[in-house]
Amino acid sequence: MSSLSLEITLGVLKIFSFVVPVLVSVALLVYLERKVLGAIQLRKGPNVVGPFGILQSFADVLKLLTKENLLPSSSNKFLFIFAPMLTLILSLIAWAVIPISSTYVISNLNIGILYLFAVSSFGVYGVIIAGWASNSKYPFLGALRSAAQMISYEVSIGFVIITVLICVGSLNLTDIVESQKNIWFAIPLFPMFIIFIISALAETNRLPFDLPEDEATLVAGFFTEYSSISFGLFFLAEYANMILMSSLTVILFLGGWYPPIDIFPLNVIPGIIWFVLKVFLILFVFLWVRATFPRYRYDQLMRLGWKIFLPLTLVWVVLTSAFLFYFEMLPK
Amino acid sequence: MTILLKYIKSFTLFELAKGLKLTISYFFKPKVTLNYPNQKGPISPRFRGEHALRRYPNGEERCIACKLCEAVCPAQAITIEAEPKPDGSRRTSRYDIDMTKCIYCGLCEEACPVDAIVEGPNFEYATETREELLYDKEKLLRNGDIWEKQISENLKRDSKYR
Repeated sequence: MSSLSLEITLGVLKIFSFVVPVLVSVALLVYLERKVLGAIQLRKGPNVVGPFGILQSFADVLKLLTKENLLPSSSNKFLFIFAPMLTLILSLIAWAVIPISSTYVISNLNIGILYLFAVSSFGVYGVIIAGWASNSKYPFLGALRSAAQMISYEVSIGFVIITVLICVGSLNLTDIVESQKNIWFAIPLFPMFIIFIISALAETNRLPFDLPEDEATLVAGFFTEYSSISFGLFFLAEYANMILMSSLTVILFLGGWYPPIDIFPLNVIPGIIWFVLKVFLILFVFLWVRATFPRYRYDQLMRLGWKIFLPLTLVWVVLTSAFLFYFEMLPK
Repeated sequence: MTILLKYIKSFTLFELAKGLKLTISYFFKPKVTLNYPNQKGPISPRFRGEHALRRYPNGEERCIACKLCEAVCPAQAITIEAEPKPDGSRRTSRYDIDMTKCIYCGLCEEACPVDAIVEGPNFEYATETREELLYDKEKLLRNGDIWEKQISENLKRDSKYR
C-alpha cells in the first residue's frame, strides 16, 4: 500500500516536473514573441515589468485573472466553459511521451508518435466546441476554418512522420532520437523538415496560417466571445501547442538531445540543455516567420495543403522507401 | 526555361528566404523607441503647447487687452474683459482660455503685438476633470512664470526666421 502511494506521489511529481516548466516556458515564449516582434519592427518590446520586462506575461496573467468571466446569454454554458479546459488539457497531456533526455520521459510508450498524432488531432475539438458553444457568427466561422485547416495539414504531417518512421523502424520517440545519433534527419530529409515546419505553423494556427483567429475578418476567431481566464486558457494552450510542435520537430528532425557534433566541449553539455536550446531555436523561427509574412487567403491555404504538400510528401515517402529498399538500408 | 526557373524559385522558397533575410537584418538594427516618461524627443522652438501669459522683467503684465487674440481665435476659445487701471493703463480684468475648445493653431501668439500670449513647450498637462482645462488669467500668468525661461529662449531662437 505504502509503496503504491509512494509510486503515485513520484508519478505526480514527475508530471509536475514537466507541466510547470512547460507553463513557465509559455510565459517566457509570450514575452519572447513580443520582444522578437518588437526588435524586428525596430521597437524595444516590453521592458518595464521586472528586469528587461521579463515578468510582463505574469502581470498579464494577473490582469486576466482579475477580469470578469463573461458568459454570452445565448451560449451553451457547459460547453462554453468546457472548451478552453479541453484545449489546455490536450496541449498538456501530449507531453507525457516527449523524451527531453535519453532517460527522462514520463511514459516511454512504444507507439509514442501515434499517441502524439492522436492528441494533436483531438485538439481541433476544443476549437470547434468553443466556436459552436459561443453561438455567435465570428467564432463559428473561425471554428469551421480551423477544422478544415487542421485536417488538411494533418495529412501532410502524417506523411512526413511516415517518412521518418520508415528511416527509423520504430514508433517510440526515444528510438527515433537515438537513430539520429550519427546524422540528424533534417539533413537527408531536408524538404520534409521544411514541410513539417510549415505544416506545424498551420497546425498551431500561427501566422501566416492563422485564419481561425484572423483579426481582419473574424475579430478574434473562435475565442471572440471569451474573456478573463477562459481566454487565458486558450492563449496558454496555443503557446503550449507551439512548444509541443517545436519539440516534435526537434525529436523528429534535429536529433533531440544530441549535440550537433560529437566533439569534446559540446558533448559534455547535458542533453536536456541541447533539447531546450533546439526547441527555442525552432520557436524563434516561428516568431521570425510571423514577423515576416502576411496572412494567407483561405483558398491559397487549401491549395498549398492539398495540391502541393500532399503530392510532395507522398512522392517523398515513395522515394525514401524505394531508396532504402534498393540499398538495403531498411531498419530491421 | 523561364517557367522552369519560376518553379525552381518557388520550390526553393527563394522569395520567402529573401523576406526572412530582410527581417532578420532589422532584428539587429538599433531600436528607435524612446522610453517616453524617462526619455523625451526633441521639440521645435515653434512647438505649440500649453498657453501662457508673459510678464515684463519688472513683473508688469505684457497683455494690453487689445483683444486681437480673441478676435482671431478660430475656435472662439478666448474670452477677454478689460478695464482701465488706476494708473490709466489698459489691462485685462479677465482672460480665459477654454483649453477644450482650443485647436492649438497658434494664431493668438501670431496676433499678439506684445508677445504676451504664447504657446509654450509644455504638452504634459492632462487633467482628471474637464473643469481644470478652463484656464483663467491667474493660471495663465502662473504658466508664464513657470515656463518664462524656455519661452523667451524659444522666441529668441525662432526670431531670425520670422
